[in-house]
Amino acid sequence: MLEIRSVSKTFNPGTPNELRALQAVSVGVEDGSFIVIIGTNGSGKSTLLNAVAGSFCVDSGLISVAGKDITSWPEHRRAKLIGRVFQNPFSGTAANMSIAENLALAAFRGRPRRLGWSLRRGLLDTLRDRISELNMGLEDRLKNPIGSLSGGQRQALTLLMATWLRPEVLLLDEHTAALDPKSADQVIALTDTIIKRDTLTTLMVTHSMQQAANLGDRLLMMHRGRIIQDFHGAEKKRIRVNDLLARFEEVRRAELLDQSAADMLRRAYI
Amino acid sequence: MSLLLGALTLGFIFSLIALGVLISFRIFAFPDITADGSSTLGAALAAMLLVNNVNPVLATAAGFAGGFLAGAITGILATKCKINGLLAGILVMTGLYSVNLHVMGRSNVSLLGSSTLSTYAERMGIALTHGRNLNVMRWEITPLEASLVAASFLLVVVAGAVMYLFFHTNLGTAMRATGDNSEMVRALGVNDENMIILGLAVSNGFIGLGGAFLAQYQGFADVQMGIGMVVWGLASVIIGEALVGTRQLGLVITGAVMGSVLFRLMVAIALRLGLNPNDLKLVTAVFVFVALVAPKLLKRPNLLKPRPSHA
Repeated sequence: MLEIRSVSKTFNPGTPNELRALQAVSVGVEDGSFIVIIGTNGSGKSTLLNAVAGSFCVDSGLISVAGKDITSWPEHRRAKLIGRVFQNPFSGTAANMSIAENLALAAFRGRPRRLGWSLRRGLLDTLRDRISELNMGLEDRLKNPIGSLSGGQRQALTLLMATWLRPEVLLLDEHTAALDPKSADQVIALTDTIIKRDTLTTLMVTHSMQQAANLGDRLLMMHRGRIIQDFHGAEKKRIRVNDLLARFEEVRRAELLDQSAADMLRRAYI
Repeated sequence: MSLLLGALTLGFIFSLIALGVLISFRIFAFPDITADGSSTLGAALAAMLLVNNVNPVLATAAGFAGGFLAGAITGILATKCKINGLLAGILVMTGLYSVNLHVMGRSNVSLLGSSTLSTYAERMGIALTHGRNLNVMRWEITPLEASLVAASFLLVVVAGAVMYLFFHTNLGTAMRATGDNSEMVRALGVNDENMIILGLAVSNGFIGLGGAFLAQYQGFADVQMGIGMVVWGLASVIIGEALVGTRQLGLVITGAVMGSVLFRLMVAIALRLGLNPNDLKLVTAVFVFVALVAPKLLKRPNLLKPRPSHA
């Protein structure tokens, strides 16, 4: 259970670049729920994920995972409960270290690191099994540096790493946006499989209306730091790409209306 | 011959400093220049304890501990206090100059007549050879020289092996990953700031250990002896990378030791050929500069080749 209660965050407060990225956002996420988040550019969807992950301190509000108030926890402490995949394939893995070493690091997510040998034999065997499930032929390249792999392969491995120990919450931040269409499809299929297999509580940000329509059991639409739409259950199932595009067009028109109304008022009164 | 053996011994001792620099500069990509102070601190602590008849092993361990502490302070300044890494190193190095003077009580301490690891090694060498000169490939080697080379070689093998093993433990792997991608290690629940603090501590521990050995080998500790250590260490690391590449940690460690020995040999030869010792540090600095810049020039061949004319 992930709970986000009236969380606000303003970047660069009091400057011309002030950005009210999150404005009293509240979401309650049931255990095992897979939420897809879409939104216009700068709507705060990635900021919401980063707030949960602890990349920064929120200005106000409360975040709790599995009944624990983690609002003031530093990022590395939250990692015990949270698995993450980033948009940039370079962010989730250590390029100069081998595939096996990267996964061995993930096998200790949130646990104290002591002087035990990192690539234990038992672990290596498990690694090989689970990597071969990816069907990417990587199980024979465990000793190769991860930097030598393609973006799609790296994202697949990052996904495996984030879910190696079952996280209370999985955060996916446009994790296929930087991939070519074929790799993106592969990674999305893998994502869906893993989430369903382990019934992971998931927040996934995406730019793809296709993914938003097809994946998950709940859909949040964000705009200007607020959640403007929340589709559940049967409603979510009915949603098609065209419905989403229409809803975005509506938001855009409302925006234009705001703009033209402001201009009109300005002309009339200033 | 004794010139060669001396260079070899010094090369092995200095390779501890190279290993320390390898940890900070290469594994953590942290430009840590605490080394200039922490090597002297290691030497000063060991020397003072030896003069006061403390067991040489304990005195040497104190050198490691002193360096470890100095590195930890640099790490804390850089992470918890958010001071630029280079500046953090400068602050600690500068502060250590006074600390070292206080430790020694004067600007240098002679170890003449104290029992040190060097005298241990020499005594053992004489016992093993019954005081006779060794004959290696028709070269006469005195047992004193032989025992020092052997002892320093043994120390380096142990230090290199410990470092290799350490960086393959769960903790050491997390440290290497911190230098590679700190965003990722945070997402995997590692406190990257603590990793940097501990990493710099271990790095300067090695350097303090090198300082302690150096003092015992040359028979004195001097408050100025640390100047240039970072650049020497870096030169060794760079030579090592040129020799064996950067792909595997085991190779990189071996390379740094080889680089250190090679560098000392080159210095010995250059001095023998008449290089003014005053110019040594300038030559080293220029060497490191060239080694850092040359690969970039080689990657842009159009700088070296004449440009094709479009006329």
